[in-house]
Amino acid sequence: MERPAIKVVGLSKHFGSLVALDQVDFEVRPGAVFGLLGPNGAGKTTVIRILTTILHPSAGRAEVLGHDVVREAATVRRLIGLAGQYAAVDPNLTGRENLRLIGRLTQLPRSRVRPRASALLERFDLAAAADRPVRTYSGGMRRRLDVAAALVPEPPVLFLDEPTTGLDPQSRNALWELIRELVSDGTTVLLTTQYLEEADQLAERVVVVDEGRVIADDTPAALKTHLGNTVIELDMDDQSDAVKAADVIAGRLGETPQVEGTRLRLSPRNASGLLRGILNLLEADGLVPRTVAVRESSLDDVFLALTGHRTQTGPTTDSANTGGKP
Amino acid sequence: MTTTTAPHTHAAGQPGRRIAATVRDGLAVAWRNLIALRRVPRLLVFSTIQPLVFVLMFRYVFGGVVGPSLPPGVSYVDFLIPGIFVQTAVFGSMNTAIGLATDMQTGLMERFRSLPMARSAVLVGRTTADLARNVFVVALMTGVGFALGFRIHAGVLAFLGGVLLVLAFGFAMSWIFAVVGMAVGDPETAQAAAFPVLAPLVFASSAFVPVHTMPGWLQAFANHQPVSQTAQAVRILVLGGPATSAVWQALAWDVGIVAVFAPLGVWFYRRAV
Repeated sequence: MERPAIKVVGLSKHFGSLVALDQVDFEVRPGAVFGLLGPNGAGKTTVIRILTTILHPSAGRAEVLGHDVVREAATVRRLIGLAGQYAAVDPNLTGRENLRLIGRLTQLPRSRVRPRASALLERFDLAAAADRPVRTYSGGMRRRLDVAAALVPEPPVLFLDEPTTGLDPQSRNALWELIRELVSDGTTVLLTTQYLEEADQLAERVVVVDEGRVIADDTPAALKTHLGNTVIELDMDDQSDAVKAADVIAGRLGETPQVEGTRLRLSPRNASGLLRGILNLLEADGLVPRTVAVRESSLDDVFLALTGHRTQTGPTTDSANTGGKP
Repeated sequence: MTTTTAPHTHAAGQPGRRIAATVRDGLAVAWRNLIALRRVPRLLVFSTIQPLVFVLMFRYVFGGVVGPSLPPGVSYVDFLIPGIFVQTAVFGSMNTAIGLATDMQTGLMERFRSLPMARSAVLVGRTTADLARNVFVVALMTGVGFALGFRIHAGVLAFLGGVLLVLAFGFAMSWIFAVVGMAVGDPETAQAAAFPVLAPLVFASSAFVPVHTMPGWLQAFANHQPVSQTAQAVRILVLGGPATSAVWQALAWDVGIVAVFAPLGVWFYRRAV
């Protein structure tokens, strides 16, 4: 069997009485994108910080390309690149100087530092701003520079901690494209995200974490199949109608909808057959939905089904999510 | 496909390679800190204005009072300038704490900690850059001193020796404040924590006034603390006199401080989260 690029066994981390990670296990195949999915504070960043040797685990172990992140930390650091949640670049240096600094600190041969910096600036569409201090950059530019910095030593394993949080859709798509390119060149990528769409788009395998525990480990496709491929959403006039409708459906059709305010949600195996039955049934009781939607299930639905609560979507730059900062 | 063989680990074990790695990575970080100093001139301006204010204030406000308690034949400006040098180096070391604490608040420190660089490099780079800044400030204060009537009495070489002693002391103090910066982790707290420690060290010393005018209990402290001993050694090197024992005492402080605080700083760097 091929040796995993990343292997995490029984990984736990406590900060005082706070359990940030509780017995996390997963493996990442070389040359794959692996998604770590969860809401703010789920422990995603803590996993990344342990794997990048920044933080020691309280229990369990983790390996990168067969090297233990605690005992062989110096070796692991030569194999990884890290792009964090907030752009870890020096605002007073220019983009080019930032990349040269990382080149020097990763012991790139002197003759390769400058060409490597120029090539990355070109690739990340930063060539025009290369010689301006980073403090004049937009948020998207800083984020791109941050990812470029992680790539300076051409690491075989790349950690991206919420790489697209706060990016506009265009920059996000460009970054997705780049991640796909890196993977096709053989790089292994572990990325954390709160965006279910992102994991769905990029990752061949996803671990869903909530409150420090793994609650699912599967392919995005399998997670969706497991729950049914389709979601039916009904929006009722008010909350009491929604509860009534849910009772009727559960009692007569054997599918229990989830109720959220005025909204009902089902993920049945046979959506089109069920939809007709639901509508007929509700009409007979005088319950007419305001809107009816049938769509493909997303990982958001998966998360809701697994945890009973939604992920927090939308950009969050909340520093509480960095895991360890007290 | 991805190369899965690890490149050979450097550094681990051999002290020679470890020192080489520290110097190489420390210089890279110092380069980065000095660029910031050039690009954010206020950092340099503030650390220059403060000793300027002190030298003018002491020369013209307190000079008249202090003058008569000096040994005969010694002018206050000649007494004062070595003290100002030391005071500048001591207050300047606060910047080490502020700089490191600022880095800790950004993601940059996290990145450094994930890179294959020497664990001491971030601290070495900061203290080295602060040393370079002290060279500039001391040179400037020398010029100001000359303009105010300061003169070298014991030869240029002895004077340069005195300047080196000041720089060595500033470097040692930087290591104390590197630990403070790593321990508190935010620039405002670092600054607030530093001042109450620095003020008694600088003012209850021979930096600005002769110690023998202080009450006896304070003299005991003032005579034996590093600011006084360094100021005294520099003063002898400038004014003339037997300097050897004073210079060794001052150097002993510097070596002792670095020997304690450098490992402590690296320990904080390794464990900081």
